[in-house]
Amino acid sequence: MSVDLATVKRVARLARIAVSEEDAARMTGELNGILGFVEQLDEVDVTGVEPMTSVMPMAMKKRADVVTDGGKADAIVANAPATDRNFFQVPKVVE
Amino acid sequence: MSELTSLTIAEARAKLAAKEIKAVELTDAYLSAIEGANGALNAYVAVTPEIARDMAKTSDARIADGKAGVLEGIPLGVKDLFATRDVHTQACSHILDGFKPKYESTVTQNLWDAGAVMLGKLNMDEFAMGSSNENSYYGPAVNPWKAEGSDEKRVPGGSSGGSAVAVAAKLCAGATATDTGGSIRQPAAFTGTVGIKPTYGRCSRFGIVAFASSLDQAGPIARDVRDAAILLKSMASIDPKDTTSVDLPVPDYEKAIGGSVKGMKIGIPREYRIEGMSEEIEALWQQGIAWLKEAGAEIVDISLPHTKYALPAYYIVAPAEASSNLARYDGVRYGLRVDGKDIADMYEKTRAAGFGKEVQRRIMIGTYVLSAGYYDAYYLKAQKVRTLIKRDFELAFEAGVDAILAPITPSSAFAIGDKELAADPVKMYQQDVFTITLNMAGLPGISVPAGLDSKGLPLGLQVIGKPFEEETLFKTAHVIEQAAGKFTPAKWW
Repeated sequence: MSVDLATVKRVARLARIAVSEEDAARMTGELNGILGFVEQLDEVDVTGVEPMTSVMPMAMKKRADVVTDGGKADAIVANAPATDRNFFQVPKVVE
Repeated sequence: MSELTSLTIAEARAKLAAKEIKAVELTDAYLSAIEGANGALNAYVAVTPEIARDMAKTSDARIADGKAGVLEGIPLGVKDLFATRDVHTQACSHILDGFKPKYESTVTQNLWDAGAVMLGKLNMDEFAMGSSNENSYYGPAVNPWKAEGSDEKRVPGGSSGGSAVAVAAKLCAGATATDTGGSIRQPAAFTGTVGIKPTYGRCSRFGIVAFASSLDQAGPIARDVRDAAILLKSMASIDPKDTTSVDLPVPDYEKAIGGSVKGMKIGIPREYRIEGMSEEIEALWQQGIAWLKEAGAEIVDISLPHTKYALPAYYIVAPAEASSNLARYDGVRYGLRVDGKDIADMYEKTRAAGFGKEVQRRIMIGTYVLSAGYYDAYYLKAQKVRTLIKRDFELAFEAGVDAILAPITPSSAFAIGDKELAADPVKMYQQDVFTITLNMAGLPGISVPAGLDSKGLPLGLQVIGKPFEEETLFKTAHVIEQAAGKFTPAKWW
């Protein structure tokens, strides 16, 4: 499978990365190079093979359903580019 | 002062315990070494002298009180991927500009609890994506090794390039690193240092900036096998904050050093003899086989038939997981923000400006392979291939193989700005052809220096083991180290 310029632009939109025409053209070549490379996997017969879901066989750990953390609003917003009274500020979303 | 920075961790530990040296002196020796070298080698992206001196003072007090931890007063460097409270933590990305977390990664906390001293944060490929450290927002770290008679600057490998440079150039006693596809072992091989990627689940991933969660694993880079064992013992733990952290006690790895390999079955995988592999790598591999044979190990040929599919499967799985993990960088909660006309425009501009080319490429691949209609053809298929790769190893171990000996890299360190590699991302990816299978299978692997090539550059060998049998790796690597000797670059910086 290979991608065309329109697909690259659509994927960039999905990935929320702004791309110029030039970027998109360059990426199309690069992505096709990588997709061509991974096409080797078509040679492998995976009939009846289970997909790997956990690289080490272990039961998922569960913890008690209790509050173990919290009350750290200041710490949580400490690194934000724009805040107001412990809220993250973003451009207007609703008109 | 240069003598102090030449001490291994084991040697420094003994001198500190005997009160022959003070932790403050040792830390100061490293801080001045960093000051003198970092301009040329670019190993550190942030140095923390005040924190280091404070920690060293505390160490001296604890030693005087007889309360020393197992790493008391040992100065370490930390890969920029580990969260360190109130200290530069940016995964060497522009998008995490100014990020100083309010929490500490479990691995680094374990080290500080053991008494270690933090010297600063180390250079790396952005978000650990790369094999040369050239993808760092802060520019490449420079390998302290140069080819004989050449002034050309070489890469230290990646992504833990800064960690490898700092250890090889004696700018720290040891360093933390991470390995998603070879990022500990390949830089260790390129710099004549020892690096171990433990079994997936051995070290907690809590507080490590996530790249590909099912592959990422932390481990040390050190001057020798013993130091690597000492560091891993403190880095590893059972951590309730990471659900993939395994509930197994951490062994005293150092005790394995000096053990005999007599009667051990060492597998030699025929699929690792790849086209285009240099003759020198082949000769080194044969040398490693000879050393282990002399030490009494039995050498057996094995087959890992799905080896060649590890790299293509990785370039589906890793980007897919990365595209999900990196969705969090949106200019809202931390790091860089580039304003836009609305919120979507802000996200897009922030991510376009904040992520480097390689990171964008991988996010794009990951987004594509996970997009509607393609999941089964790519991601699901790759995860099935992964099962087959793991099964190859399981069959070899079931047949009685105790460990596997293989090369680490197809060549020695290449030059910074290598045009052929820069022009073709897939060529660069092939750097990891010998290392990536282990990440896909979750297995432990150690990289140990085994010789110099004809250009005078270090080469390493890799020992691969069964899950959670890191002790076997330390034991076997130590036998190789004893035979090969240690390698130190001539100082030019």
